[in-house]
Amino acid sequence: MSFLGLAHCSLPPQAESLRQEVREFLAGALAGRGAAARAQSWDGFDPEFSRSIGARGWIGMTWPRRYGGAERSALERYVVIEEMLAAGAPVSAHWFGDRQTGPLLLRYGTEAQRVSILPAIARGELFFCIGMSEPDAGSDVAAIRSRARRVPGGWELSGAKVWTTNAHRAHSMLGLFRTAPEAAERHAGLSQFLVDMRSPGVSVRPITDMAGREHFNEVRLDQVFVPDSALVGTEGDGWAQVMAELAYERSGPERYLSGVQLLLELVRAAGPAAGERARVAVGRAVASMVTLRQMSLAIAGMLEAGANPAQEAAIVKDLGTAFEQSLPEVVHELLGVEPDRAADTDLGRVHAVLLELAPCFSLRGGTREVLRGIIARGLGLR
Amino acid sequence: MNETRALLGETVDRILRDAVDDRLLAGAERDEWPQALWQTVVESGLAGVLSAEGAALGAGWPEAFDIVVAAGRHCAPLPLPETIACVWLLSAAGLEPPGGPVALAATSDEDMRLARDGSGWRLAGTAARVAWGRRATHAVLTATVGAERFVVCAAIADGLVSPGENLAGEPRDTLAFSGAAVAAAPLPAALAGVDTRALGALMRAAQIAGAVQAVLELSVSYANTRRQFGRPIGRFQAVQQSLAVLAAEAAAARMAAEHAFFLVASGGRVEDAAAIAKIRAGEAAGRAAAIAHQVHGAIGFAREHRLHFLTRRLWSWRAEFGAETAWADRLGRDAVARGGDGLWPWITGALSGAHTAETET
Repeated sequence: MSFLGLAHCSLPPQAESLRQEVREFLAGALAGRGAAARAQSWDGFDPEFSRSIGARGWIGMTWPRRYGGAERSALERYVVIEEMLAAGAPVSAHWFGDRQTGPLLLRYGTEAQRVSILPAIARGELFFCIGMSEPDAGSDVAAIRSRARRVPGGWELSGAKVWTTNAHRAHSMLGLFRTAPEAAERHAGLSQFLVDMRSPGVSVRPITDMAGREHFNEVRLDQVFVPDSALVGTEGDGWAQVMAELAYERSGPERYLSGVQLLLELVRAAGPAAGERARVAVGRAVASMVTLRQMSLAIAGMLEAGANPAQEAAIVKDLGTAFEQSLPEVVHELLGVEPDRAADTDLGRVHAVLLELAPCFSLRGGTREVLRGIIARGLGLR
Repeated sequence: MNETRALLGETVDRILRDAVDDRLLAGAERDEWPQALWQTVVESGLAGVLSAEGAALGAGWPEAFDIVVAAGRHCAPLPLPETIACVWLLSAAGLEPPGGPVALAATSDEDMRLARDGSGWRLAGTAARVAWGRRATHAVLTATVGAERFVVCAAIADGLVSPGENLAGEPRDTLAFSGAAVAAAPLPAALAGVDTRALGALMRAAQIAGAVQAVLELSVSYANTRRQFGRPIGRFQAVQQSLAVLAAEAAAARMAAEHAFFLVASGGRVEDAAAIAKIRAGEAAGRAAAIAHQVHGAIGFAREHRLHFLTRRLWSWRAEFGAETAWADRLGRDAVARGGDGLWPWITGALSGAHTAETET
């Protein structure tokens, strides 16, 4: 039991010169993007923006060149994505392919899958969604009931997925399906498949969130045929593959930067003559942010070194989402004004946006309770 | 981690773990001085890790971090972190470290006045709640004369010591000087903003990181052995979730303090580093102590259990050399001065240790 594995990591000089390049590009590309839009970086779906950064080699940048990558380090990628998030760039379209599907295919995919899919993701032309949760399988992923049945030449998929971000605008889904009936070992018999979202039998219905936004969906699969070549990795090993995928999902700077626009607007509005209460609140937030950033960087360093920091990533996500969720509360404490989406200040609008967005921070990618269970297992308590 | 660092880290952990038991700690609260342990610490080169001799052996801030964390983890009843910091400050100003235990006095120019006296210097004023003042041979502080900042080294024997203590029974003494002859030298330009309060905060943050780690270890071990309702209490999800929060706080405190030492080593502002570390480690100290006591139940509240050696220190240390609020005010002032456009470049630049990358706005 030790978290000394979270070793301090500093960025190499080439990562810092890359930062300036990214910053200059974003200053031009995002000029005129409003504060409320910046505050929803993840919900910003902009294929043209994704293609433009793909052209600069900033998607799949750690992947081998033969698959369209740039063979840069995980720390250089870290710099690119933290700059994107801090600037509030519309990253949603390429995000899942870059963060999850690509690395997963690199690790488990066939050569044919890699060659046909990875370069298109890296160009910012092929967008993925993730088919994991189901109506009766949220935190309990092993409870999924969507099935894959062997048919001549391939598989037939049936079932329903929910909370599938971008299903209505992604080209492909990487989905988890049951290929053998649930047995005593619940984690056995699961497999991952690539699904073309235009396949006959796929239907997508939006699920409107509480603020009226449409970003996630219910996906129904009714006897959808996929060829043998759509199986990713090994039949029956889907659980282990999905767990590896979640380690990528839990380790990035997006786990503490979702609320950063609110802090920036607070500092902007407070001004250099800010009173003591505002200064103390901002000072505490800065100390937390610097610490979380170093923790998140430490994980990037561990991934770069080939480690699997599942427990450490759970710690960073738990602390990071708690920090993100604290920021709307800080602003409420300081200003005490009614939240208003049509407020006449950037701070007011961003506050309203984040209040309605913040509950999902500690749900998506593993709930707080699930993460703390993972940490407790690391402590030897279960 | 390189070999020098790993070896030194293991050595200091072993020395302190073997020597500092409940009996020694109880004795320290009765004002007993563990001279043999201090001797071992000095002879092992731990107190001088940031001296020229330490540097010659390849040691520096990362090694100092490990030593101070270990001092916190084992509640070492010695002015070891203070001496390490003072030796660094004296060496940076070209003054010879005195060799014995040194106290770090966080004073303002209103508390202490430094004045020229011929070719020497004289010191007058009071330093309140100086850690280990009665046990140190010298006290180190910073003072302003004209527009210049000085490092001052005063012999304790030339002043008056009024004893006091913190919650954990560690000496926190008031030192009074009335025109004592002292050694003084100007701070190098690169360290012009450094004061002893910031250095002390940096040390306390690392000690807190060590003590929170120890609190976590004690709590997990207790949860795995204490049985209620027919099973170890650590099998209950409610207890598991609390301990997970404690583990996260331990990781955060450690990273905040380690990053602060890294910032200083890479030429960053000591005040920025101290602020980040003291704020985040101070927050962790309060949360960790509360969770540990809740998990330990009644026995953790009893004098006979060792938890209080750690938690009473955590409550004192988080307030010494400035509490979270004071440091947050200072860091927040710098943040609002930079504005909304300057904040992120500051975080990824100077506060990251990447000094060339910050684009001033």
